[in-house]
Amino acid sequence: MTWIWANLDLIWDRTLDHVVLSVPAIVLSFIIALPIGWLAHRYRASRGVILTVVGLLYAIPSLPLFIILPIIVGTSTRSPLNLVIALTLYGVALMVRVVADGLASVDLDVRQSASAVGFSTWTEFWQVELPLSGPVLLAGLRVVAVSTVSLATVGAVIGVQSLGSLFTDGFQRGIQAEIIAGIVATVVLALVFDALLVYAGRLLMPWTRSRAATTVTDNAAGSVSTAATPASENRSREIAR
Amino acid sequence: MFTANRGRLALIGAVAVGAVVALAGCASGDPLGSGSSSSAESSTLVVGSQDYYSNEIIAEIYAQALEADGFTVDRQFRIGQREVYLPDITSGKIDVFPEYTGDLLQVLDDTATSGTPDAVYSALTKALPSGLQALDRADASDQNTWTVTKAFADKYNLTDIASLKNVTEPITVGGNSELETRPYGPTALSDKYGIVTAGFKPVEDGGGPLTVKALEDGDIQLANIYTASPAFDSGNLVALEDPDGLFFPSNVVPIVSAKVDDKAAAVLNKVNAALTADTLVALNAQSVNDQLAADKIATEWLKKENLI
Amino acid sequence: MNFFAEALQWLVDPANYVGLNAIPLRLAQHLGFTVVTLVIASAIAIPLGFLIGHTGRGRSVAVASAGAFRAIPTLGLLTLVALSIGIGLNAPYIALTVLAVPPILAGAYTGFEAIDRRTIDAARAVGMSEVQIVRQVEVPLGLPLLIGGLRSAALQVVATATLAAYVADFGLGRYLFAGLKTRDYAEMLGGSILVILMALALEGLFALTQRFVVPRGVLAGRPTDIRTRSSRPRPVMESAIEEGQKNVHSK
Repeated sequence: MTWIWANLDLIWDRTLDHVVLSVPAIVLSFIIALPIGWLAHRYRASRGVILTVVGLLYAIPSLPLFIILPIIVGTSTRSPLNLVIALTLYGVALMVRVVADGLASVDLDVRQSASAVGFSTWTEFWQVELPLSGPVLLAGLRVVAVSTVSLATVGAVIGVQSLGSLFTDGFQRGIQAEIIAGIVATVVLALVFDALLVYAGRLLMPWTRSRAATTVTDNAAGSVSTAATPASENRSREIAR
Repeated sequence: MFTANRGRLALIGAVAVGAVVALAGCASGDPLGSGSSSSAESSTLVVGSQDYYSNEIIAEIYAQALEADGFTVDRQFRIGQREVYLPDITSGKIDVFPEYTGDLLQVLDDTATSGTPDAVYSALTKALPSGLQALDRADASDQNTWTVTKAFADKYNLTDIASLKNVTEPITVGGNSELETRPYGPTALSDKYGIVTAGFKPVEDGGGPLTVKALEDGDIQLANIYTASPAFDSGNLVALEDPDGLFFPSNVVPIVSAKVDDKAAAVLNKVNAALTADTLVALNAQSVNDQLAADKIATEWLKKENLI
Repeated sequence: MNFFAEALQWLVDPANYVGLNAIPLRLAQHLGFTVVTLVIASAIAIPLGFLIGHTGRGRSVAVASAGAFRAIPTLGLLTLVALSIGIGLNAPYIALTVLAVPPILAGAYTGFEAIDRRTIDAARAVGMSEVQIVRQVEVPLGLPLLIGGLRSAALQVVATATLAAYVADFGLGRYLFAGLKTRDYAEMLGGSILVILMALALEGLFALTQRFVVPRGVLAGRPTDIRTRSSRPRPVMESAIEEGQKNVHSK
């Protein structure tokens, strides 16, 4: 324990490094997953292919990906960009399916009504489908945020400083308190991100506050869309009326 | 209903745009500062270190000594293993890096042969790519060993590597996975000494506490532990002698770029001259046993030696 | 790109099919490790998940802790456990079980929760005991989501089980670490390809399993008119396989 008190500034620095690595990855995976998820949702033919490919991305073990990536992308071996790109890939792998499911959860009646009153595909997507699939997307993004924060620790193995550096250092020096501090700080950071996302969700989607409070928490526990789909369908019906 | 959403969408859009801008800033600003050795600040020396606590202490000593002499130092510590940082040293992105003569020589020249510390040092100076220079080597070294527990050594009367022949039980070897294929690894034991090992168990902590624990638990009998490890302080471990030079001597040596001028080189050579083998073990012990941070250990030692 | 060519060469090199480091042996170890981890994690998570799903109690605790569990970095946990119990397979088993429990647990209880309450009320009305309700109604109807959770856990364990080689002479991770440390990228990439292939094979297996274990009635009774929904949301069934796949992002 004495190690922790003597090294609070180190833990804080590593936490900041960790934030700098994971936030761009989380934001980028959301932005990149939107069009891909839309493609998967829109055309039946592309759905199977896209979802299978992104599913496979997730099966790539992280360690070799971190090493191979600079060779493929051409970045410097110890550039933090490698890690951001790798984390984004994993985030996209998770998020594309969520986007596809979220868009699919929008009630057909609502979509047809939107077309009927003259929305183009483009405006329908931004003004109808995207807001209505918001709760599902949020649930997925929360999972992405938590797993990205957790995965970023592996960067320590390739020389990118993060909270994971506390593991490797503690492991070498046999300081268990340091490893525990690294684990706890990682979990706390993930939970902070999660809480921020929930808060952002309430700001952006006030209509979900009453109903979705419980549903959205479920989703962090696992079945992102399955739990959210029926509820968001209910909600979309409500709005449509 | 949908008009209400329009404002929110604008907000979503604003957040997304803000995030992208922030991201772009991150990407060009290189958040971890690894690319910050920009040519604009030519007076700044970049000091790097391996992702290894002992190496970080030495790097910190170099950095503080340089700073005390008026140099500006950019610390880029714990930047991974050799395969990760070596390209950055050879391309001149890092100006000062504490290395180990034998270890580095074997990476640069896989046909190199072992010898005295001076022979290995001079071979290294020839093997270095142009633009890089090895300053004076320190007396301190951190080299590979074949290590057994004291109890095991007593039981079979083990002194040097060849005496492992006395062992009648199966010997399982433990160490980083690369040990299995290294020229001094299990193959060398059988080819050179006729000692057949029973198997190899990887423990990826570079001879750290887990390797020591595996030895003590009897999960492995023979391990590769570095000579400067404080684990030897306990007296429970015996590093087998290596009269035939199976292992390369690995003295601490600063590898520097052309940006390190004579004045800076003099500072580093002076510090390095004070870095004896016992010193390095003591510094490591402060890190492992007293759990002190590298910068504190470095300051304390430099002050004690009147180097700053 | 010739890295991939080299990796393929490594994969077909006969020298890699003999001895203690042979590819088939490492594959078998990796698969065995994954299966054992899933069995241990299931033994913990499934009964607990069924209990939570059936009674509805402890759900907020489960939800909150699942988020935290999911955030635990496996590398950190592995090193911590290994430092206290030593090298060998025990530390990886513990670390990977912690990784696998949350998705299985979530699959188990959301499977129960997604069942139409009227179905359960009906079962109770015809005189089924609580145990009968669990065994004959909730478990079969909740299976698609449970298998989805297992599938998600399996995928993560296969990819992460490579870390076992950090402290044990075991599994496909040996190729990754050995390749990394000796800068033999062909070996490292070849090992990664094997991991991905195994993940693919498991995906196929789970898809088949779902096809066989999901009761016909669940598929036949797929709601077509979504307007007649009960107060509690019911599972929206597509095909069993698609339904299971939905759970994959529960990392």
